[in-house]
Amino acid sequence: MADLGEAFATAFRLLATGDAELFEIVRLSLAVSGSALALAAGLGLPLGAALAIVRFPGRRAVVALSNALLGLPAVVVGLLVYLLLSRSGPLGALALLFTPQAMVIAQTVLITPLVVALTRQVIEELHAEYGDQLRALGAGPLRAVPTLLYEGRLALATVLLAGFGRAIAEVGSVLIVGGNIAHVTRLMTTAIALETSRGELALALGLGILLLGLSFAVSVAAEGVREVARRAGA
Amino acid sequence: MRHTGRSLALALLGLASAALAEERPFLTLASTTSTNDSGLFEAILPRFTAETGIEVRVVAVGTGQALELGRRGDADAVLVHDRASEDAFLAEAHALFRRDVMYNDFVIVGPPADPAGVRGMRDAARALARIAAREAAFVSRGDDSGTHQAELRLWRAAGVDPRGASGRWYREVGSGMGAALNVANELPAYVLSDRATWLAYEKREALAVLVEGDPVLRNPYGLLIVDPARHPHTKTELATRFADWLTGPEGRAAIAAFRIGGESPFFLLPPREARRPPPR
Repeated sequence: MADLGEAFATAFRLLATGDAELFEIVRLSLAVSGSALALAAGLGLPLGAALAIVRFPGRRAVVALSNALLGLPAVVVGLLVYLLLSRSGPLGALALLFTPQAMVIAQTVLITPLVVALTRQVIEELHAEYGDQLRALGAGPLRAVPTLLYEGRLALATVLLAGFGRAIAEVGSVLIVGGNIAHVTRLMTTAIALETSRGELALALGLGILLLGLSFAVSVAAEGVREVARRAGA
Repeated sequence: MRHTGRSLALALLGLASAALAEERPFLTLASTTSTNDSGLFEAILPRFTAETGIEVRVVAVGTGQALELGRRGDADAVLVHDRASEDAFLAEAHALFRRDVMYNDFVIVGPPADPAGVRGMRDAARALARIAAREAAFVSRGDDSGTHQAELRLWRAAGVDPRGASGRWYREVGSGMGAALNVANELPAYVLSDRATWLAYEKREALAVLVEGDPVLRNPYGLLIVDPARHPHTKTELATRFADWLTGPEGRAAIAAFRIGGESPFFLLPPREARRPPPR
């Protein structure tokens, strides 16, 4: 119990003193996971919607694959991306290993399947509702995808929030491809792992509390945006 | 769609600007959790950067993984503590040279109640044999790190193969030194730790140093400079400057001045150099 109290005190102290290193870590965490989310959204939203409405041979297999990828452990993603970006790997010449960009790539690989699978779910339901209407208007899949994505934007905001949550909370892949280098690739989660291994459990948990607060703030902000969008739509 | 397109472009722009922000010359040093967790790098590297303008980016992993990063050309220099693996690394011509830097020592820590009765023993291998005979809980790093290799050598010297007892009294945690100490602290159990991490470890109420001072517990660190013949992109010049600094007067003074709670965890070694076998 003393540890928990100390953790809260540490979290509060870090916030109150405006710890510069902490803000650097928080900013990088937000930038990396935000970029990964933008990339995952760019890839996953159209892909998920297309999977929902376009019938093609082998579609079931693709759907099953995208669902299976949901269970991919972050460490495995990290290892795959590491082997790709390693100097001895196929993309080694890009010199991306141990950079924030490498972490963005790893998190994008990690959360894109989540965005695809959940988007497909959302759009499938919308398509069941509006599909006939769209066909009557003569909209082909190329027109239907953006229309349905727009109609489903409120539900899809939650999908993206889930993707962001998985990205900012994971430690396994960014530890491997980022290397947890101080001031370069240290994120909230890798800092927590480091402090745990140093036996600084209160500081580790304090950072964990701040991470929770950060996720909370992002989700409140997203909820606010949704509310505004709902009112504007009504 | 238009929105996602725009945010995609913004994200890529962010990536590009992040790439442009790297202007200071830097080298990547793969090292072990023990040097990093003890706070040594935080204490000495800023001095090197201040004197030379070169940043050292430390990736702290186990010795096995650190050497693998060097082997694949993902690090410019490697600072580790497992002489046998370092020699192999040199013999396979992965490094231009190795230089001795410093040593620290291992200690056997365990519950103060000392169920195996090893407190004060001078012979570390005999102490392990006694822990095995009593089947007292023992936490192993189990991660192919330098400390893990040292522990396995001690078991061989003790004539015990503990892996037969894995999952019973022998617990292989497969993680870093601090994490292994956390586990030993909770069980409680015996564990072999390097002194630096032990001194820096904050939560140690359920553990105490029981065995120390055996010469076989000495733990030398060597700095390897990755061979540019295999990986032309590695920053050999920066890495060599770092090697010269670390084993020169400034670096040696910085290591010697490093203290944890008033104690010196690292002691200097004469900077003897070993070079790779000449290419045939």
